[in-house]
Amino acid sequence: MDLLGVLQILDSTVRMATPLLLACLAGLFSERAGIFDIGLEGKMLMAAFFAAAFAAFTGNVWIGLLAAIVASLSLSLLHGLASITFRGNQLISGVAINFLAAGVTVVIGQAWFDLGGRTPALEGAGRFQEVTLPFADTLAATPVLGPIYAELISGHSPLVYVALALVPLSWWVLFRTRFGLRLRAVGENPAAVDTAGVSVVALRFYAVGICGILCGIAGAYLATGLAAGFVKDMSAGRGFIALAALIFAKWRPWYALYACLLFGFLEAIGNRFQSIELLGVAVPSQFMQALPYILTVVILAGFVGKAVPPRAGGEPYVKER
Amino acid sequence: MPKWVDILLIPLINLALALFVSGLVVAYIGENPFEAVAILVKGAVGSPYGWGYTLYYTTNFIFTGLAVAVAFHARLFNIGGEGQAGLGGLGVALVLLALPWPHWSIALLAAMVGAMAFGAFWAAIPAYLLAKRGSHIVITTIMFNFIASALLVYLLVNVIKVQGSMSPETARFGVSLPNANDVLPWVGFPRSTPLNVTFLVSLVACFAVWALIWRTRLGYEIRAYGHSEPAALYAGISPVRIIMVTMLISGGLSGLMAINAVMGEAERLVLDPVQGAGFVGIAVALMGRSHPVGVFLAALLFGMLYQGGAELEFERPAITREMIVVIQALVILFTGALDNMVRAPVERFFVNMNKRAA
Repeated sequence: MDLLGVLQILDSTVRMATPLLLACLAGLFSERAGIFDIGLEGKMLMAAFFAAAFAAFTGNVWIGLLAAIVASLSLSLLHGLASITFRGNQLISGVAINFLAAGVTVVIGQAWFDLGGRTPALEGAGRFQEVTLPFADTLAATPVLGPIYAELISGHSPLVYVALALVPLSWWVLFRTRFGLRLRAVGENPAAVDTAGVSVVALRFYAVGICGILCGIAGAYLATGLAAGFVKDMSAGRGFIALAALIFAKWRPWYALYACLLFGFLEAIGNRFQSIELLGVAVPSQFMQALPYILTVVILAGFVGKAVPPRAGGEPYVKER
Repeated sequence: MPKWVDILLIPLINLALALFVSGLVVAYIGENPFEAVAILVKGAVGSPYGWGYTLYYTTNFIFTGLAVAVAFHARLFNIGGEGQAGLGGLGVALVLLALPWPHWSIALLAAMVGAMAFGAFWAAIPAYLLAKRGSHIVITTIMFNFIASALLVYLLVNVIKVQGSMSPETARFGVSLPNANDVLPWVGFPRSTPLNVTFLVSLVACFAVWALIWRTRLGYEIRAYGHSEPAALYAGISPVRIIMVTMLISGGLSGLMAINAVMGEAERLVLDPVQGAGFVGIAVALMGRSHPVGVFLAALLFGMLYQGGAELEFERPAITREMIVVIQALVILFTGALDNMVRAPVERFFVNMNKRAA
């Protein structure tokens, strides 16, 4: 394989990793605050639908993005209502949100567009256009570094750069600010935070809200960046892969980037080759698809480094009387 | 609070809320919700044909619902019914294709063993990882759903497909289960409905689960472990054993669902034989309060929704099949996650009533 082939796969890796990364960071905020979220998939799907629908209505992708964030945020608030206010089971709430999104997107989509649950194909300003970074064209002729800059680093949709910028930002917020310290504390020992006079409920709602916004961006990228419109079930398990990446990354932002790039790479390879030869053995594409899940199970089992979730994760906080 | 409130009133209020919100969605897309309900009910139970499909779906959901319910008693959330049932289908196919079975009854028993063994095996790995390594069972069972799906696709496309055939499915099994038409000819179930003797197996399974949970030592231990792990440990109950045994039973029950869908209906293994029934089991178990009688009733309700929903889509194309998924989501949301929203005020109401009476 020549340099261009390698670059194309890496370029595809970045594209595939972007929605994973956004959803993974979304889950990071929620789970670090002690709210398990297996509804990332549903929020992404809902956001993807609303992004495509509003971009189709208005022809403006930014309005689509806004609609996506609002849609995803409302599901987040529902999750917060169920798991924080009414102290329900967070996992069951997540399952419900996934089904709700899978159903509502098609039912409403059919009512709005009558295209069997799809949205009209988006074009022009209805999609996120590729950003050409400065000098990409002039430098493209430079050997090796030129193509890398022009093909791999330049020429993505703006949301790709947003996702990448969110990695250091998330790290800074979680590990270098007072808000982040409190947010992490509320996921480990909410009683201590409560004793310090900080509202556990408010902090958890903030975390769930950030999760909703990020899932909204992830969904918008799916429908208006990666694809040109919404199709039924287009999130295709990415929310669960993001969850897997989150565990793989042991709930840390930089590792989340590496995990998402790894899983994005697997997807890119799987998309390009039906089966690949590895040490003389043909590896079926289904194995590549299952690999993120298998790796996550192995990591969770603690055979290769132990993944320890936030200690208060999954438990509703009840104030002592 | 009286017992009937807990097991009857609150689930009914939850269900009513779910249906109310579903009605709002139907109204929003410009259809009349009352008319929709009428078409749905008529399609589901208005004819022997409707009943044939309704009870066929009910059979699927009884198995997957019982599977989730048994695990709930040990406070384990087995979300992997979908994958376990898929593997159960593989077990059924391997058993039925291995030998020329002389009679359906022997084939049924053998296929049940295959289905339960494969389903239980797929639940055993997450169970072992929880019991011995502390991995979160919800996450591992979700991952195992995806792994199962990839495995089944791989096997169907590359290994057990009929040689030379284009479609990824196994050969037809040599045996078929007696159809409802064979067993109860006087009721008039049309031949085309997939209802078969597996329905009776599912009723036996309901009774067996009831007997297991409330009438055996093991069931007591499962419930004790579910109520309090430290207390169970103190009483000499081994958590590792309870987790393993409960998940094996749960996976086995999920696997049995394949008897109905793979052996009874398709009569061969096709891609995605489970069709989401594993997830419906979660809603069924939550609504049924993890009791076999409740699971049966909830499964019947979802069976009606699935069959009636298909008829509804036929009559009113604006209401697509996914409307059922919305209803299913709302049932899970209201009976599972938002349960306290209803429970707290109802409890307060009955406490006040008691105070006034006293």
